[in-house]
Amino acid sequence: MDQVLNAMKLPTDRNIRYLLVILVGIFTIMAIASGDTFFSLANLQSMSSQMPLLGMLALAMAVCMLTGGINLSIIATTNACSLVMASILTISPDNGMVLLLALVAGLVTAIVIGLLNGALIAYVGVSPILATLGMMTLINGLNVLISGGSVISGFPESLLVLGNGSFFGVPMPLFLFIFFAIGLWGLLEHTSLGRTIYLMGSNEKATRFSGINTQKAVLYVYVISSILCWVAALIMMAKFNSAKAGYGESYLLIAILASVLGGINPDGGFGRIIGIGLALIVLQTLESGLNLLGVSSYLTMALWGGILILFIALQKRKA
Amino acid sequence: MPDQIRSHWGALVKRHEFYLAVLIGLIVIGLGMSSEDFFTLGNIFDMSVSSAILGIMACGLFVVLIAGGIDISFPATAAIAQYVMATYVLSIGGNFVIAFLIAAVVGIVLGLINAVLVYRLKVPAIIITISTLNLFFGLLIYFSNGEWLYGFPDWFMEGIELFTFIGSDGYDYGLSLPIITLVAVILFTSFLMSKTRLGRQIYAMGGNADAASRIGINLFGIHLFVYGYMGALAGIASVVQTQITQSVAPNSLMGFELTVLAAVVLGGTSMTGGKGTLMGVVLGVALLAIMKNGLTLLSVPSYWHTVVTGLIIVFSISMTALNEKKQALQGA
Repeated sequence: MDQVLNAMKLPTDRNIRYLLVILVGIFTIMAIASGDTFFSLANLQSMSSQMPLLGMLALAMAVCMLTGGINLSIIATTNACSLVMASILTISPDNGMVLLLALVAGLVTAIVIGLLNGALIAYVGVSPILATLGMMTLINGLNVLISGGSVISGFPESLLVLGNGSFFGVPMPLFLFIFFAIGLWGLLEHTSLGRTIYLMGSNEKATRFSGINTQKAVLYVYVISSILCWVAALIMMAKFNSAKAGYGESYLLIAILASVLGGINPDGGFGRIIGIGLALIVLQTLESGLNLLGVSSYLTMALWGGILILFIALQKRKA
Repeated sequence: MPDQIRSHWGALVKRHEFYLAVLIGLIVIGLGMSSEDFFTLGNIFDMSVSSAILGIMACGLFVVLIAGGIDISFPATAAIAQYVMATYVLSIGGNFVIAFLIAAVVGIVLGLINAVLVYRLKVPAIIITISTLNLFFGLLIYFSNGEWLYGFPDWFMEGIELFTFIGSDGYDYGLSLPIITLVAVILFTSFLMSKTRLGRQIYAMGGNADAASRIGINLFGIHLFVYGYMGALAGIASVVQTQITQSVAPNSLMGFELTVLAAVVLGGTSMTGGKGTLMGVVLGVALLAIMKNGLTLLSVPSYWHTVVTGLIIVFSISMTALNEKKQALQGA
């Protein structure tokens, strides 16, 4: 199998090759089982409009994991941003200035949360898992407290189009995801901050002693992670046409799962954006495919866990 | 003599548990003055019962964290153990010994699966246990159809109650099953971790796995033990939970993993392993329980509870981190 793949000049990254093999497997099975429905335009569109929300959250998780950290507060941050934006928007839904104000307020919320996370980790010295766990609890509490646990809905068409609109048949959320994925790829591969992120994940101490301000870099990383959550918040608001504390909590662990499946090393230092993209496609085709075949969504959840373990086992066997 | 006292005092002040105890003391005094219900025996028993599940699971997670691992999957383990145990009790009957035994054995088996995966695959335990959390929960809800179980036999509903008395509010209180189990688990874990060779080996592995391996500690064995122990305690906690709520819902423990983790780390247990005391864990659980109880007694809206809990967690972990930083500087 490996020779075949090598002959086809596919990426040399073993992880990405495995993902491609799994993907081909899923496509083959689906083509035999229910090819017409699975490869129909409607299904492809629905898949590509569902994937970006998890995709943005996975990117937000991955950028922290690259430094050897983790961000457990992504869902709480996303909900905080969407609640802030929603409560401003509902003052006057059809006013363009209010929309702009809401967007800015959401972005500011994200940046403040990112700075707090980063400061706790970089300057106070709390381990990332604890800092973001604490922040998650705190933000979740504030979300419920401020919204009173109620649903906020009624958004203008200009926002809803982000979730439901399409451009030449390609759903808008996918455009947003591709845009930010490419942006993050550029940042990681072609800027000094990106190099610092990878270096810190490999050896934080060595990076610090070679004169790089790692504390500032950590601060940037968690702010970037929060900003990606803000984009996820936009997609989520537009898709659900509402905002509520506690939306999407099950995505937290799945975002970690998608990142690891995409080849991000949880200890930091290794992993590429293209891998996450492939992992997301695998997860989404698996979910939609099993759904089409009438398999329970809980069994799909179990399968996701099983696939990740299998995937890690495969990687270790070869290594 | 004064020197000795001073050095004892110095050692005490450096400890995280000391600050936690002072904080709890202040809160208790404050609550005692502002609410006359707080210091009633009835309230103290209520508090212990409602924090029993948290406390039992925290003991298990504590052992895993000391060993340098982490387990996120235990709510799923507990839910499966609970379901198997409840199905047995509902169809065949039995007694509490059998119920605890079944739940603990199911928990141990699932824990061993975690242990083997974590040890063999050499991937951070958090990733493995997130996968098994999804795997276990997904399979449980698929096979159980998410159905609730209730209608337990009388002996199960009534539980066990020793030294009963009638509280000032007219209700019966006593050493009930949750409290007895909680105390037993804490005592056993404390004995295990500080008085046995196995306990010291767990600390050693968490402190430095390579060094522990070179002096002849069987790392695989320790892995099997700590994850199995976590599973067993999750099973035991699930029986207690069934007895308190008198019903079994497959998803009732979902999301509980982070609360337990918060309680353990509040107590100063290090995420990198090898550092932490059971005393700290007990104080962490007590702090969360007292806060929740106090806020309810002071009739603070429940919306505030999570905010206050979050603030306490952020504050406490920051204090621990700053304290460690200061000591590292002094040591250098």
